[in-house]
Amino acid sequence: MLIKRPADIRPSEITPEAVYRDRRRFIQGAAALAALAALPAEAALPPYKKGAYGTTEPVNSFKEITSYNNFYEFGTDKADPAAHAYSLQTRPWTVSIEGACRKPKVWDIDALIKAFPLEERIYRLRCVEGWSMVIPWLGFPLANLLKQAEPTGDAKYVEFSSLHDPKQMPGQRRAILDWPYVEGLRLDEAMHPLTLLAVGLYGQELPKQNGAPIRLVVPWKYGFKSAKSIVRIRLVEQQPVSSWMKAAPREYGFYSNVNPEVDHPRWSQAKERRIGEFLKRPTLMFNGYGDQVAHLYAGMDLRKYF
Amino acid sequence: MAFLRDPKPWLFLICLYPLARLGYLGYTDGLGVNPIEFITRSLGTWTLTGLLLTLAVTPARRLTGRASLVRHRRMLGLFAFFYGVLHLLSYLWLDQFFDWAAMVKDVLKRPFITFGMVAFLLLLPLALTSTQAAMRRLGRNWQRVHWLIYPAAIAGVLHYGWLVKKDLTQPLIYGGILALFLGLRVFWRYKKTKAG
Repeated sequence: MLIKRPADIRPSEITPEAVYRDRRRFIQGAAALAALAALPAEAALPPYKKGAYGTTEPVNSFKEITSYNNFYEFGTDKADPAAHAYSLQTRPWTVSIEGACRKPKVWDIDALIKAFPLEERIYRLRCVEGWSMVIPWLGFPLANLLKQAEPTGDAKYVEFSSLHDPKQMPGQRRAILDWPYVEGLRLDEAMHPLTLLAVGLYGQELPKQNGAPIRLVVPWKYGFKSAKSIVRIRLVEQQPVSSWMKAAPREYGFYSNVNPEVDHPRWSQAKERRIGEFLKRPTLMFNGYGDQVAHLYAGMDLRKYF
Repeated sequence: MAFLRDPKPWLFLICLYPLARLGYLGYTDGLGVNPIEFITRSLGTWTLTGLLLTLAVTPARRLTGRASLVRHRRMLGLFAFFYGVLHLLSYLWLDQFFDWAAMVKDVLKRPFITFGMVAFLLLLPLALTSTQAAMRRLGRNWQRVHWLIYPAAIAGVLHYGWLVKKDLTQPLIYGGILALFLGLRVFWRYKKTKAG
């Protein structure tokens, strides 16, 4: 007797192949959404795209980037920021754009984050102390914000001030540096497409120990130039005097470009240790961004303007 | 159980603590994301601590009246030297990976490395003449040679102070304790000459 078996139902009749093949991503997406929903609303950043100027070098881990920080507002040990930065209140937060510009403005941080398209930039970071990391920042070019403020002809430099509040920043209870932390850039440096205002890393809101809610990232300069937890951006005519220049003028200049040829008075800058690597690697001129930025310093004696 | 009452083996074990701690932290992934820096710094500060403990023996003996304390001074001094050697090795091997050219430049150009190297070279003859035989052979000169611990400790504190970027708290603590120990010696010597 012939038993007629029903034809097997082909999988394609049930679930379209594309969806079926994509199930892993669907599950991940759902999990990520659930995780996002569990976070406070402020932790969610608008969608972002991959930006230009990326590097293909392996990126340092989230743990490395968030547990080894120089952020003297929370202490001078590199473990201090991760331990103490919880006391920083990043909302409400405002950033004022002022000085020599036609449209000064006090920005609410959330409005600012939404005002300019965010992109991911994977940059090398070289600390003046001789170590380095590769960090996937999330932010927007500082130039976008400055253009909107319309700098006047008097604007030659940009001065950045970090928050000054010893109640939130216990490291400021000691006069380690002249608080608030001040840094500066020449206007053309500030307008350079590499210069970033970062509001996140690894696709998340910036951790407090990394300079939340908004910080500067200037990848061809030593890390200390990239001011953290910024509250004021001022367009000025005179070259600003940064906190480190005040603290030790012989050791820290205004430019502070990464330069293996010009040693720090107390240690060599020829090599660096990439966090996670055993052997030191040679330090690159302008931290490897020479093709993009060397022209900014054409004709300048970089030993004099260190 | 008489040997348990002899403090020497106990002191020996205590002096191994800094090394055991680094081993434990290394095993449990507790050295942080820059373990080479952690190890080098830790060995450096324990070298200084060892030197200060060695220098604490004489004031402690005078203040407590326990002359027997001096029996432990050699072990403390040798442990300070031992950690100094490990500190130097971590610089030569882990930090610089035997890049001799870079290191020669470092020693000549960087005050903090210069002072570290000077401190080490001053401690070297002390370690080499730490045996009973050397003491007998050198006689009165032994004391003179071992006077080198004072400039060595000062160079060690300067080595630390120069390395620090801005916050001098830690080096100042070591420097303050060293100044206290040296000051006491100067004070006692002054009193003795006045009395005599």
